[in-house]
Amino acid sequence: MTDLASRVAPPRPALSDRLKFYGIWIATALTLLLLPKIFASGGSLTTFSLVGISIIFALSYNILLGQTGMLSFGHAVYYGLGGFLAIHAINLLGGNKWPIPLPLVPLIGGVAGLFFAALIGWVMTQRSGTAFAMISLGLAELVASSALILRTFFGGEAGISANRTKLFKLFGLNFGPQIQIYYLVAAWTLIAIIAMYALTRTPLGRMCNAVRDNPERVQFVGYDPHVVRYLAFCFSGFFAGIAGALAAINFEIANSAYLGAVQSGTVLFAAYIGGIGFFIGPIVGAIFVTILSLGLSDLTHVWQLYFGLFFIAVVMFTPGGITGLMMMHRPLLRAGMLTQMLPSYLLAALPTLALVTGLMLMIETTVHYTVNPGESPHIKAFGIPFNAASPLTWTISAVLIVAGFVLARLAWARVGHTWDTTLTAARAKVHAR
Amino acid sequence: MSNAIELRGVEKSFGITKVIQNISLSIAQGERHALIGPNGAGKSTTFNLISGYMRPTSGSILLRGEEISGLRPFQINRRGLSRSFQVTNVFTNMTVWENLRCAVLWATGHRYAFWKNVDKLPEVRERTAQILEDIHLTSRRDMPAGLLTYAEQRALEIGITIAGGANVILLDEPTAGMSHAETERAVALIRRLTEGRTLLIVEHDMSVVFGLADRISVLVYGQVIASGTPEEIRGNPKVKEAYLGEEAA
Repeated sequence: MTDLASRVAPPRPALSDRLKFYGIWIATALTLLLLPKIFASGGSLTTFSLVGISIIFALSYNILLGQTGMLSFGHAVYYGLGGFLAIHAINLLGGNKWPIPLPLVPLIGGVAGLFFAALIGWVMTQRSGTAFAMISLGLAELVASSALILRTFFGGEAGISANRTKLFKLFGLNFGPQIQIYYLVAAWTLIAIIAMYALTRTPLGRMCNAVRDNPERVQFVGYDPHVVRYLAFCFSGFFAGIAGALAAINFEIANSAYLGAVQSGTVLFAAYIGGIGFFIGPIVGAIFVTILSLGLSDLTHVWQLYFGLFFIAVVMFTPGGITGLMMMHRPLLRAGMLTQMLPSYLLAALPTLALVTGLMLMIETTVHYTVNPGESPHIKAFGIPFNAASPLTWTISAVLIVAGFVLARLAWARVGHTWDTTLTAARAKVHAR
Repeated sequence: MSNAIELRGVEKSFGITKVIQNISLSIAQGERHALIGPNGAGKSTTFNLISGYMRPTSGSILLRGEEISGLRPFQINRRGLSRSFQVTNVFTNMTVWENLRCAVLWATGHRYAFWKNVDKLPEVRERTAQILEDIHLTSRRDMPAGLLTYAEQRALEIGITIAGGANVILLDEPTAGMSHAETERAVALIRRLTEGRTLLIVEHDMSVVFGLADRISVLVYGQVIASGTPEEIRGNPKVKEAYLGEEAA
């Protein structure tokens, strides 16, 4: 290292920073290891497995959207094909007694995702933006519909099932119990997170960001943006395939829903709600969306409606997602002034909550009259019983919506004002140090 | 020795509009050459043709004796030609350091590598640091490029252009919109950074043109009407009539 680089270049991370960096990974590994000790029920193990799969899938999606600036409406294609190839592999390996154990099957799914991404991607990645989005959508529809036509491979409506316990046994593990599947998913999740993080730190990973910011300029520093997008697309397909294979292992079935628009939409939701601007964003989003969708579906019939409304709210009010929202508060945290925001947040939370409650009351009442008009109006949503026919319910709903809306607007304007002054003060404080 | 850049009978039409009509131009290696002309004369289009951003309708463009017309911009860049843009064209969400590093990666042979840690490439660090210091943005190293002042963004634009170590540099109005003091600093920077390289520059500020260029070509209505040393151009009656005369009036 010459004098110049050591003086001008960003300093090498200090020992404490490096310890912190590796500490985070070790803490993540330990958390994954100990999670089943804390929540041991079969239901929570399944939830954790689904969360892990969703994390890999959402991160793979963000290689496209967040890292390279490609909005795909058909990412489930690579997830689904990975899943189907994995199911066929399990059947084949189990039937022929070939000595390949189950933990290696996700790799087969990954290679399948990579193969199809490499096959289709060259044409798709010619352009980014609207053209890419449209082609991805069309292609997704094509693959999803052929899943119902090519019955021998996709198994039609019923899909294809497999028995994961019949494979070559390594260390006597048969992967029947959910706990073994959980650890299999957890190990692959950790490997995939590390690999995808490492990818962002490579020359290719950096050029992906450059292509996202300014594909035109990239051409004038020697790079072909098409090749950069294509390689990103291939990596994305590989990790999506791993996620799909893990899902197939978890459910012991692959069907056309794996490839469908809902699956493609959900991963977009997860990545965006978590925050596409940060590496951990899709992780946060995947955890949030998976747990929310499992939880909400127990509480109300129209959980997808709430989901859509929530997504719109995120896009409109916090385009940085949950992670972006948290990162915004970092300067305040550093200056130790986070508590100064608390009163105005609480003040704004109250009318916002009223508005949301009013909307929910209105939605549930409307749903009752449109979906089951003949049934008893004494309904229950989110565990709370109420009378959908009572004028009182309607009045309360209207009052909550109108008053909540008006007061929430005033309160959030106040939050904005407090935010500006607090942030300025926080910056000055940190600067003075 | 072949010329750094040579244009032979280059034409460019958009539909029926002929923007460039039959340009022939030679720029020797190591020369600082300025392209001047009134607005709409086709200066930026000429840049776009040479750098591969557009394809000429007919004619040929040679880079050190090698035909480059029809090649893609990145192919031309890899052959040692680099350009800047009239409107600042940087990677706005990335830091100044990352901007320059992106411009260094291909030239240092790392290409599309996905098996190397970008922070652990000593020669990349070295070169990026060198450029960062050359363009005097060391204090802005970790700032996103989108938050720089206008003059700083222009400096970064030049930094990205020269970072790959190209031998032939095209600068499109590098001092446009700058104050007098900023222009002076930018000219000194350009003079220093293009030492030993070939420079083709489009510029409206005549003090910059006559102070910097070894030779000047005048472009009017898509045609080169004169090409020569600053003295020759100053004395050329055709130029006076078509261009400098207009300026004076």
